[in-house]
Amino acid sequence: MMMHQSPFVQVSDLGRDFDLSAPLLSRLLEGVPKRSLTAASGVSFSIERGETFALVGESGSGKSTIGKMLVGLLEPTSGGVTIDGKDLFGTLDKASRMALRRRIQMIFQNPYASLNPRWRVGDIIAEPITAFGLAEGKGVQARVSQLLEQVGLNAKDAKKYPHEFSGGQRQRIAIARALASEPEFIVCDEPTSALDVSVQSQVLNLMRDLQRELGLAYLFISHDLSVVRYMADKIGVLYLGELVEVADRDTLFAKPRHPYTQMLIDAAPRIDAFGRTAERAKGEIPDPIDRPSGCSYHPRCPVVEDICRRTAPEAQLFADGRALVSCHRAQE
Amino acid sequence: MNRDVLLEVVNLCVEIPTRDAVLRPVDTVSFELRRGEILGVVGESGAGKSMCGSAIMGLIDPPGQIASGKILLSGERIDNLPESAWRRIRGKRIGMVFQDPLTSLNPLMRVGDQLVETIRTHLPLSASEARRRAVESLEEVGIPAAASRIDDYPHQFSGGMRQRVVIALALAAEPELIIADEPTTALDVSVQAQIMALLKDLCHRRRTAVMLITHDMGVIAEATDRVAVLYAGRVVEIGKTEDVLADPAHPYTRGLMASTPAADGSDGRLNQIPGAMPNLVSIPSGCAFNPRCDQVEARCQNERPELRSWKERSLACWRYSESEEVS
Repeated sequence: MMMHQSPFVQVSDLGRDFDLSAPLLSRLLEGVPKRSLTAASGVSFSIERGETFALVGESGSGKSTIGKMLVGLLEPTSGGVTIDGKDLFGTLDKASRMALRRRIQMIFQNPYASLNPRWRVGDIIAEPITAFGLAEGKGVQARVSQLLEQVGLNAKDAKKYPHEFSGGQRQRIAIARALASEPEFIVCDEPTSALDVSVQSQVLNLMRDLQRELGLAYLFISHDLSVVRYMADKIGVLYLGELVEVADRDTLFAKPRHPYTQMLIDAAPRIDAFGRTAERAKGEIPDPIDRPSGCSYHPRCPVVEDICRRTAPEAQLFADGRALVSCHRAQE
Repeated sequence: MNRDVLLEVVNLCVEIPTRDAVLRPVDTVSFELRRGEILGVVGESGAGKSMCGSAIMGLIDPPGQIASGKILLSGERIDNLPESAWRRIRGKRIGMVFQDPLTSLNPLMRVGDQLVETIRTHLPLSASEARRRAVESLEEVGIPAAASRIDDYPHQFSGGMRQRVVIALALAAEPELIIADEPTTALDVSVQAQIMALLKDLCHRRRTAVMLITHDMGVIAEATDRVAVLYAGRVVEIGKTEDVLADPAHPYTRGLMASTPAADGSDGRLNQIPGAMPNLVSIPSGCAFNPRCDQVEARCQNERPELRSWKERSLACWRYSESEEVS
């Protein structure tokens, strides 16, 4: 049956400002104006069930701010998020909001900080189960054992404390906790950046297996393009809080159209590029309080023209609609 | 003997006595480093990379100590020097660059003063000469408008510029050897590329030897001439970077390379090495890698393989002990 359906996760024109102004009294006495930092603006993308959308960008590009808004940890200043057609920040009653929250979970970067060191692993994983009333009595323990085994740990590990596990195992525990509420959408914020490569591959493989088994939608936040290339179906490249290029994975890597994406791909160290010196990298991400005029990438851009300094580019479709690029100079 | 060899590490063992046992974070490590060469030291956390660097700089915190082995800089032993003698080596002959540029600079001192202090400690220059020298070294590492930025504080620099200042500090006294411990791990890729290009350029121009400690195989491939792969405090494979990375022989090196997501983005599953780096209190007997190895044999569990030469590299693995090639 063909029916027009809205995407499972729909992010529309999402923006977030942070107020960095001095206290009111100092502003009045010293006459300093209000200041605000735009961490994200005009961000739109969608994620289907069973699909991974990756956000890449350097530090300060707004990746984590967007991730936090998608799980409801931060309120947006503008725009909105719907999940399965329900508005995450709308006027839902308390019960519906709880029900929606259950379907969204998050995995954090540092498994040394995201697990309570004084709780047993079993209690950490059981908390979402009891909080959402998904099981009772003995059923909780059974579910915890099942989850531990699902992430490649042992049911007996429920009795241990987080410090008894290695970094990779802790990230498995964090994944088990995220799965405990039977979510459909998981925001993964740099889930493997704190792990060694051999352990990183274990966790990435596990996440892909779980996605296939459970039909999960992932928002995968990372600065590492090779990891993103392995995990993502679609990729959004962020620069200073704006999506400069959104494309499916193969289109993006076959032909990056935005100069920033080209620079990111070029600068990433490659294990087969002996003695290579990456050339395109120039400058650093500027202060988001003082964003450049026009296209915010223009001071670092190798193909900058006059128009880039004056006018912010509109997003345009390329490659039969598979790539959306905001650049005056982007070409088919 | 090769006159070009600057640093020689011979059977170095670092030990930390604890109440229950004596831990060995660096276990019989040997390698040499020539002038103008970049040696990569790669391994996962807990492999002993940083401890190795600290030992060479004489910075092992007590009760840890160098238990046996030798470290020679231009043929002179430096592992048994008193602390007073170290002051003339550290900063002067061996420069250091650490991971986090914010913690390796004094936040309360202008960068110029930090540079001048270092320069005047090691070189007989007047204050004004040292200051001129400081500006030059900031220019050399690519800091724009160095003469006006020299009186800024570290927090006024961005992350990449701050790491450039740290490199300028390390280079200020023109050391023969630089130990760079994860110099770009805290930086974004675009900045990382700039810093690595700078280090490579300085090393080749001045014939400074660099020991580059990192966990990133991509950085190793692009920046280093030779690479030593460490596992549980031991060198398991060492050789020319291109040889080792293009055709890794030791099962651990092979596993590491295969678990790194490839640049060509092949869609297959990533290789995974089961388990994790062993804890120092429970290093497996025999070959330390044997519980995670997919080609383990009986003797791997009992006898420790020595580092032997194989083709043009050295390997510590029983499968390569008979000097013939194993498929």
